[in-house]
Parts: sequence; C-alpha cells; structure tokens
Amino acid sequence: MKLSGVVAFFDKPSQLIEATKKVREARYANFDTFTPYPVHGLEAAQGIKRSPIPYVTFIFGITGCGLAFLLQYWTSAVDWPINVGGKPFNSWPAFVPVMFEVTILLAGLSTFAALLFFCRLPNFKKKAFDTSITRDRFALMIEAPGEGETFSENQVKDFLKATGAKEVRTVYEEGWF
Amino acid sequence: MSTTLVERFQPDILVTGNKSLSNVNDDISVHVERFPTQKWWACFITALSVFGFGATLAGIMFANGLGVLGLNQPNGWGVFIVNFVFWVGIGHAGTLISAILFLFRQKWRTGINRAAEAMTIFAVMTALLFPVIHTGRPWYAIFWLIPYPNQRELWVNFRSPLLWDVFAVGTYFIISFVFWFVGLIPDLAVIRDRAKNPIRKFIYTLLSLGWRGSNKNWAHYEVAYMLFAGLSTPLVLSVHSVVSFDFAVSNLPGWHTTIFPPYFVAGAIFSGFAMVVTLLVIAREMFGLKNYITIGHLEKMNKIIMATGMMVGYAYACEFFIAWYSGSSFEKYAFINRAFGPYWWAYWTMTTCNVLIPQIFWFKKARTSIPIMFVVSLFVNIGMWFERFVITVTSLHRDFLPSSWAYYTPTWFDWGITLGSFGWFFIWFLLFCRLLPVIAMAEIKGVMES
Repeated sequence: MKLSGVVAFFDKPSQLIEATKKVREARYANFDTFTPYPVHGLEAAQGIKRSPIPYVTFIFGITGCGLAFLLQYWTSAVDWPINVGGKPFNSWPAFVPVMFEVTILLAGLSTFAALLFFCRLPNFKKKAFDTSITRDRFALMIEAPGEGETFSENQVKDFLKATGAKEVRTVYEEGWF
Repeated sequence: MSTTLVERFQPDILVTGNKSLSNVNDDISVHVERFPTQKWWACFITALSVFGFGATLAGIMFANGLGVLGLNQPNGWGVFIVNFVFWVGIGHAGTLISAILFLFRQKWRTGINRAAEAMTIFAVMTALLFPVIHTGRPWYAIFWLIPYPNQRELWVNFRSPLLWDVFAVGTYFIISFVFWFVGLIPDLAVIRDRAKNPIRKFIYTLLSLGWRGSNKNWAHYEVAYMLFAGLSTPLVLSVHSVVSFDFAVSNLPGWHTTIFPPYFVAGAIFSGFAMVVTLLVIAREMFGLKNYITIGHLEKMNKIIMATGMMVGYAYACEFFIAWYSGSSFEKYAFINRAFGPYWWAYWTMTTCNVLIPQIFWFKKARTSIPIMFVVSLFVNIGMWFERFVITVTSLHRDFLPSSWAYYTPTWFDWGITLGSFGWFFIWFLLFCRLLPVIAMAEIKGVMES
C-alpha cells in the first residue's frame, strides 16, 4: 500500500490553528487540515488562497444574460416575428424577466460545477481516513511527497507530536470501494 | 463603545442542553438510522392515500376534460391557480431563511434552514403540478412551455408573463435544489461515517460525493455557499414578482396594479414562515429536537410573521386607497365588490386571518407559546390561501361587462385535487425526515463554539 501521509488529531480548533501555523513555518510542501465544520482563521493559518469560483459565476452569469437576450431577440424578431398587441418585434423590456432568470440559472449551475471541479469532487479515490472528522475531531495531515524524495516518517511524527497533537499515526492510500 | 453596552449585549444561545459536537451528530442522525416509528408510518400512509385520492380525481379529469371543474366564463382561472400561487409562496420562506438571513449573518437560521429549504423544494414541486394539470392535456404542456426548435417552426411568446413564470419557477426549483444539495454534502458525509450497514454506507458515500472535510475544500465550499445565497436572494424576490405579473400585466380591474410584486413577495414570506412554524412545531416534538429548534428560534419566526402580516395588511389598505384615488369607476367597483359583494366571506376570512390574528404576537407570552403559535400559523395558512382566492376569483367574476357576470363555485374535483396536493407535499416531507438530516449539523457546529 502506498503511504499517504502522517496525520495528527486535535480536540480543539484553536489547537489545530496553532499546529497549522507551526507546520507552515516548518515549510512542509503538502499538508491539509480536516475539520467537521469550516473553522475561522484556519484558511489564513494554512495559507489557502481565495477561491476563484466567483470569477466563474460572474462569467457564466453574463453569458446567461446575453444568451437569453439573443434567444428571445432571434425567435421574436428574426425567425418568426409575431405582432403582439402592436409592440415592436424587439420589445426588449419584455425580455428582461427571462434574461434575469437565465442569468441566475447559469451563474448558479456554473458555481456548482466550479465547486465540484475545484474540490475534486466526486472523490472516490481518496477515502476519509477517520470517521471522527465529521464528528468532533480536528486533523492535520502532512502528505508524503512523490517518488524520489525523502520522507522520514518518524521525524514527521515527532514533529507533529511536539505541536501538541493528541494522536499521531500514518495513513495509507485507500479508495472508497 | 462603553462597557455597559458590551455587558448588556447577550449573544443568543442557539443550542441549549449543554450539547457537545458529537451529541449533535447523535441527536440528529439517529432518526435517519433507525426503522421509522409507527407514528411516521401512520402519517405516511395517510399522505399516500390523500395523494392517491387527488390523483384519481385528476385522472378522471383528464379523461373527461376540464368541464368537471367549476371553471367557466368569466372565471377561466380558479382553485388551481390559487393553489399554484399558494404553494410557490410557501416556498419563499425557505429561501429567505437559507439565503437572505445568511447574508444578514443571522446565525439562528442554522437550526431551521435545512428543513425550511426542503419545504421550499417540495412546495415548488407541488406548485408546478397545477399549471401543468390545468392545461387539461399535461403530456403536451412541455411542448407549449419550453422554447425548442420544432416542425411548426413556432416559438413560445416571450412577451407573455406566463412564459416568464416558466423560467422563474423553473430556475427557482433548480437553484434551490442545488443550494440545498450543496448544504447537505458535509452532513451526508456524517451519515456515511456513522453507517454500520454496508448498503447505507454505500448509498451515503455516493451521495456525499466522497467529501472528506478537507480545508482546501471548505475554502471553496464557503465561497460557493455565499454565492448561492447571493444568487438566491434576488431570485426569490423575482419569482413571486413574476408570479404577480401573471395578474398585474393583464388589464383586469383588481389585477392591474403596480403594488402587486412587493405585495406578493411579502405575502409569500408571510405564508411561508407560517408553514415553517407549523411543520417545525410538529417536527421538534416528534424528533426530540427541542434543544436545536428552541423557543427562541420560534419566537423570531413569529416576529417575522407579524411584521410581514402587517406588510400585507398595508397592501390591502393601499389597494383600496388607490382604487378610490385613481378615479376609475371600474377599479373602485372591483374593490367595493371584493369586500362587500358576493364573495365578502372570502375577503373577511382573509383579512381576519392575515391582519388581525397575527397581532397577538405583540405579546411575548403569545410569541413563546407553542399552542398559540401553532394555531396562529394554521390561520395564516388559511388566510393566505384565501388571499389568492380573493385576488383570482373576485376580480374575474365581475369584469367590465355586467352581462357576463357569474358566481364561481369550485366542484369537488377542485377541492379533491387541492387536498391531494397536500398529500403530495407531505409524502416528500415525511421521506425527507427519514432519509436526510433535518438540521444542518455542520452549520450548527460552527455556531456552537464558545
């Protein structure tokens, strides 16, 4: 089985934040934290950049608005113009509600797609290594580097113990099924 | 800030009973993990039979045509459209709680948002039944409603508010569903991690998408959640506005008013909150969730019910004022006829239930009393159904031409199918209570930290 990394468990979010800061100072390349709910201050401690999802939402929202206008303009004024109550064929104020709804629809669906993409979901390859993480424990994993690089399991374990972890153990890669 | 102000400020206690994080999982997941109780089966079978009754009547209606309903000239719209507006309105409270209260950083929403969002989705599913079956040939409806290239080379009429409705309610359903599912992912992972039964473990692993609680994921998740809240807020306001356009864009006195969009939105939130109180008062009792859905939560909802109740009261008064102020004799007649004409009973039922009865919530004793709030919430549901009845029926039954005036009476097909829609709604809500966590566990843990 392939080594996945070394995991340390903490009981309190504040302890995890302190430990995360130390891990970051020690310049470990790959590490991640695992919590039952989003803990405030952890993103900064871990050095996670702002999510790019809003850009995706914005671009698709604008696209939806434009597409909805084009569809309505083309069907009502170009492909088969119908005189409805003497209104102009391109009666754009009447197109606004559908433009608005399609803006929201594409923005929302693209937000969801972007969330899955950036979170690498659905994830069926990497199993959750402990069932207590969705309950009440807070974990930090220092991931094993790729082939050819050295990784001293015991050294990492000692380092994590020194950060005040309750439990430290190695984890091997395992799929869900 | 002076120290006295700081001392006076007491943050709300959102979870009582001195619960730990693992208690949250135990208390909320346990209902998903055990075999349903007899009470649940009794409710479920009742809901199924009520829906079956309505579906049978609908089947007879399709076979014989819409003539079995009370519809005729001049009342081309009746109870079905009333039900459509009623159910869409019910949904609005769920989105208000999940999106608008989130943007306003109202942490108390965490106790109730999951159930309220579920209610939104099921209410919209119920609402969507009515415009489809009132076409009489529902299997064609999809071709009439969706713009797609066809052999007749015809397109739908984008200048019609009825088509705007298709887009508004359709988008509302899809986005509410996605928002709800995103909120569910971490909680589905909780059920998965607790599961001992391999089949349950497999199903919830798939549903949770393999969520691991990684903070690299939480960072994206929180941004996406905020975006969904930001998108849903204008969406929910637009949905009932567009529903109100179905009426307001026509030229009929009693419908053709500019106050309709805000009036409909306020009414929707009002009726939706009443439905949330009705459902949660029962759910917290049945599932032992009193420490998570506290009296404090219910009291806040009752305050919103009273506030929105007064908004609709203001709208009722404003409509009368404008009818007089406009100087239009048709407009004036439509409103006098509404309150004192043949449908006076519907008008005064509406006013009593929506404006007078919620005034009892001025008293803290009433706001915090379970029996009182339950009864008031039922009255508000009834009153808001009648509001839509008053708008739809009384405006139509006497239009410009006195020779075409008539008195619309729904038949038992109308009533039976209406009843059936409640069965449909409760089938879904009861399944939700058994299969998914009724409280957002991950969110409630976030507001528990001291």
